[in-house]
Order: sequence, then C-alpha cells, then structure tokens
Amino acid sequence: MKIRDLGELAGRNLREALLRNSLTTLGIAVGVASLVAMLSLGVGLQDLANQRLSHSGLFDAIFVAPRTNFSAFGRPARTNEEPSASGAIAPPRPLDEDARAAIEHLPNVNEVYPEIRFPTEVQFRGNPYSTVVAGVPMSARSGGAFDAIKGVFFSGPAADETILQIDFARELSEQPDTLLGQQIVLTYAERQPLPPEAGKGSSAGEASSRGAADVGMSPGFSVVPREENLRIVGIVETQPAAGFGGATGRVLIPLRLAEKLRAAQTNDFREILGGTPGKANYQSLTVRVTGPSAVKDVEDAIKGMGYSTFSLLDATDNLRIVFAVFDLLLGIFGSLALVVASLGIINTLVMAILERRREIGVLKALGAADRDIRRLFFVEAGVMGLLGGIFGVALGWTIGRAMNFGANLYLHRRSLPATNLATVPWWLVAAAIAFSVGVSLAAGIYPASRAAQLDPVEALRYE
Amino acid sequence: MKPATGDFAVRTERLTRHYQMGATVVRAVNDVTLAIRAGEFVALLGSSGSGKSTLLNLMAGLDRPTSGSIFAHERNLATMTSEELARHRSRTIGIVFQAFNLLPRMTLEENVELPLRLAGTERAERTSRVHEAAERVRLAARLAHRPGELSGGEQQRAALARALVNRPSILLADEPTGNLDSATGDEIMLLLREINESLGMTIVMVTHERPRAERFAHRIVQMKDGKIESDGERL
Repeated sequence: MKIRDLGELAGRNLREALLRNSLTTLGIAVGVASLVAMLSLGVGLQDLANQRLSHSGLFDAIFVAPRTNFSAFGRPARTNEEPSASGAIAPPRPLDEDARAAIEHLPNVNEVYPEIRFPTEVQFRGNPYSTVVAGVPMSARSGGAFDAIKGVFFSGPAADETILQIDFARELSEQPDTLLGQQIVLTYAERQPLPPEAGKGSSAGEASSRGAADVGMSPGFSVVPREENLRIVGIVETQPAAGFGGATGRVLIPLRLAEKLRAAQTNDFREILGGTPGKANYQSLTVRVTGPSAVKDVEDAIKGMGYSTFSLLDATDNLRIVFAVFDLLLGIFGSLALVVASLGIINTLVMAILERRREIGVLKALGAADRDIRRLFFVEAGVMGLLGGIFGVALGWTIGRAMNFGANLYLHRRSLPATNLATVPWWLVAAAIAFSVGVSLAAGIYPASRAAQLDPVEALRYE
Repeated sequence: MKPATGDFAVRTERLTRHYQMGATVVRAVNDVTLAIRAGEFVALLGSSGSGKSTLLNLMAGLDRPTSGSIFAHERNLATMTSEELARHRSRTIGIVFQAFNLLPRMTLEENVELPLRLAGTERAERTSRVHEAAERVRLAARLAHRPGELSGGEQQRAALARALVNRPSILLADEPTGNLDSATGDEIMLLLREINESLGMTIVMVTHERPRAERFAHRIVQMKDGKIESDGERL
C-alpha cells in the first residue's frame, strides 16, 4: 500500500472515532505542554542567568593586581600564584601606566581601566552632602545596571556629567526626577606631584607626604582642593558592578573624567610606598576581553608579565552543569505526563482493534499484508502524536507566556524591570514534536503488532 | 484423460485442516484431494460443519493447512509466507462473503476501490477500474452511496464488484445468496454465471442450496465431515 493511501485510510479511521481520538490527542497535547512549559522555564531561567551574569561584566573580565599585594583584594587568592602557560613566573612588577599600556596591547583585550573611587563633598543648591564618587567605563552602558536608567548615559568618556544613584538623588531632592539637567558641584582633593624642591613651605591648604621620597621611593604628592561642575544626566536604581571591590559610588562619573581629576584616593599611600616615580600606580586594574573564551589566554599572558589575576570563568562552567541538571529534572517531570498520555494511546488503539476486528479481517481478505495493518496502526498513532505535539507546543508556549505575564506583573508592582522567565526556542519546538511522535509510535508498537497478527478467519467471524 | 497440472486453477493433495477445541480435535478438512480446472464454476455443497467454508478459506490463503498441499495455478499455498499469501489474495483471488462485508462508512466507490489501494494500483487507473467493475454488476449509478443506503442485493453486487476489481483469476464465494431472498439470490447467481462465461473466471462457490447449485454450477462437490462425499459434473 502506498504512503498516501495509508495516510488517507488512517485519517479516515481517526475521524470515525473522533471524540475518542480527540481526547487521546488532547492527553498527548497536555503531556507535551507540560514538558514544553517545564523546559521553557529551565531554558528561560538559564538565559536569564547567563544574560544577567554577562551583563554584570564579571565573565569577560580579568582582575589584575600586583603580585605582592594581591591580598589587598580581600578575596581568596585562588589562582594568583599558579604558573602561567609559559611555565615561568615573572618577577613582581608595579602595576603602573606602563603595565596598563602593555596589557591594553595584548590580543583580545577590549579595555583596561582602574577602579577609581574617592570620598567627596557635593554642593547642591548651597547644601553640602558627603558621598563617594566612582568612575564608570563607557562599556558599562551595555551592562544591566543602566537598563532602567532615568535620563541618559554619559555622552562621552570625559563629559562633565554625572549619574546619581537613586538613594543619593533622594537625599538631594524629594522628587529625584526633577534633578535631571541640574548642576552639582564636586569638591575633591586633587593630587599634584611635588617638584623636587617642593614639600617645604607649602601653602596652608596643602598637605605633604614628602617623607617617602627620602627613603628612595615615590617622591610623594601634595593635595589641592578643587571643584568640578557636573550636570546630572541620569538616575539609576541599581549599581553597576565594580569588580571585586563590590561597593561603588553613589555619584557616578565617566571614568576618563575621574582619571583626569586625579583625585586623591583612600589607598594612595601605596604610591608613596612603591611604584614608578611620577607615574600613576594602580591598586588593581580591570581588563575587559572580547568574550569569556578569550579570558584564559589573556589571563596567562598577564600572569607571565608578573601580576596576579583572577577571573570567574570557572564559575560559568559550574553554572552550566547546574542548569543541565536542572533542565534534566524539569524534563523528567515534564515527560511523566507524556508517559501517562502514551498509555492513553495504547488504550485507544487496543479499543480500536476490538472495534475494527472485522474490518481488519476484510482488509486482509482483500489483500492487505500484516505489514499494511501494522503500518496503518502506526500511522494512526503517529498522527495522534504529531497533532498532540503541535497542540502541546502551542499550549506549552501559551503557559510560558502566562508565566512571563504573571512574573512581569509581579516585577512591575515592585518597580523591577521586565524579564523573560520562560523561553521556547525553535530547538525545543522541534524536539518536543519529535519526542511526542516518537513516544506515540512506541505506544503504537503493541496495538499495531496485535492488529497485524489477527487471524483473518477469526476476525471475519467476529460480530 | 487426466488434464495437465497447468490447466488447474486450484488443486489439493491430501489437504487436511484440523482444529484443537479443548481436548477434541476437529477435522474440518480431512485428507481432501481435489482439482478444479481453470474456468470451471464449482459448487461446494454440504451441510453446516461439513468443512466447505474451511476448504474455501484454505483456497483463499486466509487459513493454512495442517498437512497436505494446496496449489493455486501450481503455486503451493502451504509453503508461502504470510506476505506471499497476502499477495495471492490481492492478485489471484476475489472473495465474496455471505454478509457482504462492505465497510459501512465508505461509499460503494471507496469500498470497490479498496483492493486497488491495497495492491498499490496507480490512482489514475483506479477510477476506470472501479467504474468498469461497477458496470459489470450494473451498479454504476449507486457508487456515491454508502452500503446502509442499499438493498441486500445491491450490497452483494457491490461486494462482487469489489471482488472483481483486481481482475482475479479465481472468484471464491462463501454462501453469496445466504442473506438474500430467492429472486435477488437468482440475480446474483446469474451475475456469477455471466462473469464465469464472459471472463472465463474460475468460480468456487460454497452453498448449502442444492437446487441453486444444480441450476448454475458446472460441477458439484458434495462434502461431509471434512471429506468429499461426491464429486460430479452436472449433466
């Protein structure tokens, strides 16, 4: 019998017991829907976690510190003393401008920037407010922290602009939104390198740390009070990640501007204790690479230059394993409903054999081979599986949408940004339908072979 | 003179079919040797349980013998695989049942077309073959109807068209007039004789009505208790 005739006969048989076959198909659809909904939740959560983590900038970043002072990070020095890929550990070197330039020239490095934070006083409408200023690289714009910004991101890497953290904005005004476009004045202490003869007879407002130069280290610097006018361009709810330091400022300014200000930082004593005279010396640098796959090579190269490094690459691998297990569990629970539905297929087809016993006998008398009867029942099971799979995917997708809608409603009420909780990718659609057809065909094996083995003489005698 | 074996449509040698019913062995067909020439119209006559329907089922390849041989055009059905038997039913045999056995949800056209579908005949050829068969049994006007909308005689004519549509060489009829009144039964018998004479088709008909068998068949094989009681050509 030709495939098309087989399909037509199977379609006719399915239409003849429409209610029963529809209910069986609906059972499969519910099973597939539960599988799709479960897995879409797993995929969605994994996507969400990956998206949030990659937005956080932690997985394409390497944190570099001078080897002698890695413990200053305040984090476990897990990988800091491992030998580089070349096997040799270079002698410790100061993390200064030269080092920064050398790292910037490594392949696959997008950006190298220091962590700049300094305490300051902000003047607004004549009132002083104490706070902490932090420099933000332009690359942070793509990070999740600025997704829900009110206003805009910095117009340039050294623009005289600021973005306020919402809590600080509330301190400035009861209606933070009205702050956009207004000016604040930053009062800070600028470091100025001392000329060789300087240090004695400084003006009253300058503090000197000259003493260090006497022991053959950095010549030290003087501190000069400065002011900077900044226009408020944005207000953010969350704080962008700032490397392993964690805490960021409540007044964010472009990183280039922050560097230009040369404000004295709390850790500046390091420059006095060591480093290259006359050059900026960093406590740590953040290196952004083109993607997580480039992290290892760049990390090895930096280690080879004599610095300690740290990255979170291993954490992403662990995350992948966790989600694989999570998806597996969701898949198993989702499949249970499909297994129950497959029992429905077996039941429906066995009932069909009883009902169509005589018909099977007639078909055999008219020349149908056992193979034709078997294939006929297989096609019926497969069609129910295909239709159930298609309806099930549609139903599962709808459930996913409903979960998203509910979750976003909840997030919206808490003034949190909308998110995609359940995702149904194309591979899941194809796999769910294929799985549904596969399970249905497997369920059809027993009824189909039972129908094929019917004795035609007995079947024709059946009333 | 004994005919050459090539002239036989059906031939059995010591054909036996036993059934086990509990502790009892039922000898439905018991050591039957019979030869039916191509083009013959043979009536298998006998009372209920004489083994005539079992013999017909063995000729159709619906059942397998316990022992002995049964040849259709000299091909031994006893040694055929189930696939080969299905092909034998599809290409060599046409069957008509007492209860018509039309599929009730299909139209007559679809019912008559069914053997062609099973044989894998091309779609374009099917329509002309179905109409040809329907015209032979004078039912072309009723092809769009379902079996439930037809009289018993019409249903049996439709079943006959279905049996003829694959152009078999042997037509097997199991009590074809058993569910029909006398006049309609005669109509069917006339049709069978016409088919036998015009197409030269071998017909083996099971019946328990001797007068009808004597009136239409060339030869009457009387069976009793699974054995041939008498075998004689009608004078």
